[in-house]
Amino acid sequence: MAITPPSNRLWWKEPIHGIELTWIVIAFLWGLFMFFFMIAWHFIGQQNLSTETYKIRPERYQEKVEAFADEYQVIGADGEPVEEEGVPVVRPPVGGDAYILARLWEFWPILELKRNESYRIHLSSVDWQHGFSLQPTNINISVHPGYEHVLTLTPTETGVFGIVCNEFCGIGHHLMTGRIRVVD
Amino acid sequence: MTTIDHGVAAAPVIAKFRTCRFSGLRIESGAEALIKANAVAAVLFLALGGLMGLLVALTRWPAVQMLPPDWFYLVLTGHGANVLLFWIIFFEIAVLYFASAVILGSRLAAPKVAWLAFVMMVVGAVMANYAVLRGDSTVMFTSYPPMMASHWFYLSLIIFAVGALVAVFIFFWTLVIARNDNTYNGSVPLVTFGAITAGIIAVFTLASGAIILVPTWLWSLGLISGIDTLMYKVVWWGMGHSSQQINVSAHVSIWYAIGAMVLGAKPLSEKVSRMAFFMYILFLQLASAHHILAEPGMSSTWKIVNTSYMMYLAVMGSMIHGLTVPGALEAAQRRNGYTRGAFEWLTKAPWGNPAFSGMFLSLVMFGFIGGISGVVLGTEQLNVLMHNTIYVPGHFHGTVVAGTTLAFMAMTFILVPLLFQRDIIWPGLAKWQPYVFGIGAGGISLFMMGAGTLGVPRRHWDMALTDAAHAFEYPAAAYLMMGLNGISAVAAAVGGVMFIVIVVASILAGPKLDVAGAKLTFPLHDKSREAVSEYGSHGTLKLPGTIILVAIFFACFVLYYFVNWKYLSELWLFR
Repeated sequence: MAITPPSNRLWWKEPIHGIELTWIVIAFLWGLFMFFFMIAWHFIGQQNLSTETYKIRPERYQEKVEAFADEYQVIGADGEPVEEEGVPVVRPPVGGDAYILARLWEFWPILELKRNESYRIHLSSVDWQHGFSLQPTNINISVHPGYEHVLTLTPTETGVFGIVCNEFCGIGHHLMTGRIRVVD
Repeated sequence: MTTIDHGVAAAPVIAKFRTCRFSGLRIESGAEALIKANAVAAVLFLALGGLMGLLVALTRWPAVQMLPPDWFYLVLTGHGANVLLFWIIFFEIAVLYFASAVILGSRLAAPKVAWLAFVMMVVGAVMANYAVLRGDSTVMFTSYPPMMASHWFYLSLIIFAVGALVAVFIFFWTLVIARNDNTYNGSVPLVTFGAITAGIIAVFTLASGAIILVPTWLWSLGLISGIDTLMYKVVWWGMGHSSQQINVSAHVSIWYAIGAMVLGAKPLSEKVSRMAFFMYILFLQLASAHHILAEPGMSSTWKIVNTSYMMYLAVMGSMIHGLTVPGALEAAQRRNGYTRGAFEWLTKAPWGNPAFSGMFLSLVMFGFIGGISGVVLGTEQLNVLMHNTIYVPGHFHGTVVAGTTLAFMAMTFILVPLLFQRDIIWPGLAKWQPYVFGIGAGGISLFMMGAGTLGVPRRHWDMALTDAAHAFEYPAAAYLMMGLNGISAVAAAVGGVMFIVIVVASILAGPKLDVAGAKLTFPLHDKSREAVSEYGSHGTLKLPGTIILVAIFFACFVLYYFVNWKYLSELWLFR
């Protein structure tokens, strides 16, 4: 009885039933498989979150992002810098660094990337914690103030993608969005 | 010759015991009063937190969107604290006292200190609600810095945690007293062993809480300049996630206890079940990493070792219970005479007894919904698909609501007659309660997981992003899921109200059981206190029904695991 002391005082010497033993072995092997599959995915998979991170002061990060946006902002046919809803559209060099700044309550600026080209995307916040949620692709990464996270990203489809904040960041949290455009 | 003065002689401890007519348990009055007090406080905070949960779900139902944003975030903060901390930990303290004093037939250690612990927990819980309702502590349950709550908020949680820690030590001390007083023979019962597991994990958990909340409190007072955001998450989740492992140990113990009390079930093998609990002690605390998988800074090696609880050895513990709990039920039912086919033991089970039905629904939903989704969510790379989407609350409503809460409710239907000596009032209503609540809880879990798979964020007032600068449209299916989530939440709320009304009315006005000839509406098993013979011998145990159920579970687990890898492989490439 589970609410009385074991009827056999030497319960640890009882043999284990065959059914239980079989299940323990299956559960153990399945656990081992799942464990090694995570390691294996680092070699066979194309989706592994980078752990490259630098400590940075929020003001310094903001300066870097602004310099980046100034340098690579898209110039339209009319010779004017391109903006969408007041946010600059920036075309980083293929294979180069691209910066996204999370702050109350926007992701800034808008990036324009080329399909099947890779970019070193830098992510950080200048105020609170935010959540970078790329939709509808559904890639979700936490963004911390003071930590600059660098990942190499290769878009595989073209279109306009939304960034939604999915870490609570105060009363304007549900207003916080951003955008990535991917072109051929 | 001088006499040696030993100082004040220890006053003889006068403990008043009564023997329960229905269960045969020896119940001491001090323990009884404290279990009652903690259980009642738990139910009150469940009522408050449950109401807040309903408001949250109705706001996230896009067609309803009941609360304005500031109230939504405020109520969501209160919902987390009230149900995840206060309801569950108060009830767990009641379970710990029950599993030590009542099950071992001992007196409770230091009832006055236990009352002090209770008062501290009540003060902390009330103060937290005050801090949240003031409106300046809308930081969510997790209170990630640098967003700062009022210093009352952190202080309230510290007071609550210290009270709970004292109560856990009362539990340990009671075990020592029971051992010294020889109130039982041999090893402690399995249920007590499981409760000890919960107690050990609770110490780790509450210590983690103190380690992070004390500096955070000092920071909110202006005495510390800053809290590192990443360090905060790692340590805070040592409390936040590990406290859910207290729940797992506690509700698994309750599954065994209800099986024993209602069906006369005994563990298939004491050794295996205890080993499975032991796995929890060794490995469950690593789960803090589940919340750091999408963060910068931590190495992949750290993530893989921790998130898998060291090669999934704690998951193995749960998978073992997933066999041994239904296995014990099947073996008991076969002994009770239900031997036909693979499933007569299950079809002829007491489905009208809310303690049994609640326990079995909890077992099934915890395994299939909460367990499988938890492993998938906690896989290093797969986490990126779901981190901070509403899939996460979907997962933990599968564990904490459909699993823990339903099990605690089921246990309450046994505790009320045994401790308050009042029978369950309105058995017709009580019979339906686990189903209404269970279907609601299962629904919210599944529909939130569905919406999260489509990318809907958690803790978010407006998935339509109406006033946001850059519009983005979630698919129509996501809206449908959130609507169904709202409907399920209403069902769960109805089930929750049924539970609270039945429990409160039974305590106040249920048929008295301390009169001669009184009988329980939902009877305990005759053999629930008798020593029984062993179940078969090595290799001869016949459990065809359990084997089929476990095989279905394992097939679902493997299938769902690989489906998610398939999803992941279709994402953009990143490294």
